[in-house]
Amino acid sequence: MSSSTPDEEAAGNRGASPPAALEVAAASHSYGKRKALENVGFSVAQGSFSVLLGLNGAGKSTLFCLITRLFATRGTVRIFGFDVNRAPGEALRRLGVVFQARTLDLDLTVMQNLCYHAALHGISGQDIKLRASFVLDQVKMADRARDKVRDLSGGQMRRVEIARALLHRPRMLLLDEPTAGLDIKARADILKHVRGLVAREGIGVLWATHMIDEIEPGDDVVVLHEGKILDHGNASEIAARAGAAGIGPAFNALTSAARFEGEPR
Amino acid sequence: MSGASASSPPAAQGLGLAQYAICLKGIVWREALRYWHQRERFVSALVRPLVWLFIFAAGFRSVLGVSIIPPYDTYVLYEVYITPGLIAMIELFSGMQSSLSMVYDREMGNMRTLLVSPFPRWFLLTSKLVAGTAVSLAQVYAFLLVAYFWEIEPPSPWGYLTVLPALVLAGLMLGALGMLLSSLIKQLENFAGVMNFVIFPMFFASSALYPVWRVKEGSPWLATICELNPFTHAVELIRFAFYEKINFLALAVVLGTTIVFLGAAIIAYDPSRGMLPRREGP
Repeated sequence: MSSSTPDEEAAGNRGASPPAALEVAAASHSYGKRKALENVGFSVAQGSFSVLLGLNGAGKSTLFCLITRLFATRGTVRIFGFDVNRAPGEALRRLGVVFQARTLDLDLTVMQNLCYHAALHGISGQDIKLRASFVLDQVKMADRARDKVRDLSGGQMRRVEIARALLHRPRMLLLDEPTAGLDIKARADILKHVRGLVAREGIGVLWATHMIDEIEPGDDVVVLHEGKILDHGNASEIAARAGAAGIGPAFNALTSAARFEGEPR
Repeated sequence: MSGASASSPPAAQGLGLAQYAICLKGIVWREALRYWHQRERFVSALVRPLVWLFIFAAGFRSVLGVSIIPPYDTYVLYEVYITPGLIAMIELFSGMQSSLSMVYDREMGNMRTLLVSPFPRWFLLTSKLVAGTAVSLAQVYAFLLVAYFWEIEPPSPWGYLTVLPALVLAGLMLGALGMLLSSLIKQLENFAGVMNFVIFPMFFASSALYPVWRVKEGSPWLATICELNPFTHAVELIRFAFYEKINFLALAVVLGTTIVFLGAAIIAYDPSRGMLPRREGP
């Protein structure tokens, strides 16, 4: 992850070098008078695991709304070079999303949920049953395909949601606090699975979280606080810049410094 | 399982007509499945008009005399007169119910699954509307079946077929109204307001329960409201179609109103112009 340079913007458009899996530039959003995001810009390289780190209310979910075109954005959001506002179909086809809120139909079976999602991407037929079994198998949920979602545990629902997000073979995966409310084992399983997707299949991942322990030193990290990016780069670089022992203390130092700057003198 | 094909990278395929058809089919299928799982909804949707038919209409049979007005060629029983109104009521409730489920979906997040689909948003919302209408048709025909045993039937069996396009149009209009309302309602709790301010006035200030000429005798201005109420035209469209006739004024009003409601709903759900971005959370 890096700040967006003109080179990258050019790459995003013309493909001189491969476009970023996700590129956000100068994105802002307000709810009425309250500014939720201000001039946010960063990019996620293809096949990289990037963390969007911020406290509750930092603007992570708002940013996800802009990326998924739930809200129109001032600024630009590109997915593999496709602008979500100008070419939403092309952009959204390449994107898989796991929202913070549970979005499965509780009364439908796991397989029915997956087939509905496939239809929303214009895919049906025998191929999709195979594909659904494959993605469910990956999250170890193949044996629950015929069960109603209502009967699953929170961790199992999350795994199904991840499987569903991968159903249409996206190359970029967004996850909004996917481990919130899960126990330690379920958290670790999900994190491991998603990291595996990055390593094995070269999928780009943006993982929003407020949990420091989910970050590894080699990860790209965007530190979002009160709608602004405080720092971004490799986790160990951020720690070094802040003069801290790790990303955790660095995050605390950055956010408390931001608070002091914000106070009237 | 053939892991190789199932895990291979995406084939670069565009969204052709076949994909649109798959998407529409998927949305209708999901609505029908959900409906199947909420059978009590079906029962209550059936009981409501039957209570009106069996109790209200029977009680008022002698009080309210209906003269010969088109499309009827003879005097008709009051039950026969209000049947089209009750059919439209089924569709009205169904439209509001799907608006309620859209608000629910929005609060629960299911709406997001729909809106991050790569298909254009107008198509997704229209598909949702078609799905809701399809479900309401099943309710209407179930009601007509019961009514048949109550000796309420069209002059010829063809009426069951000729009423279908009218049902589809009226269902689309009322569903589009529900969809527009769902974009304006912030929370589920506000749905009670919809009952009071939309369903009841629309139903009672219409030709569903009494002919407009009868209203005019009592209150000319109320009759004017009835004539302006699009629900009146939905009722009349159904009434005429059931008797294998077309009421062109009703047809034009229903078509026009559907376009206006649906257009407004699409604008309201548009990311750049609509209501969604002004709120926290979709």
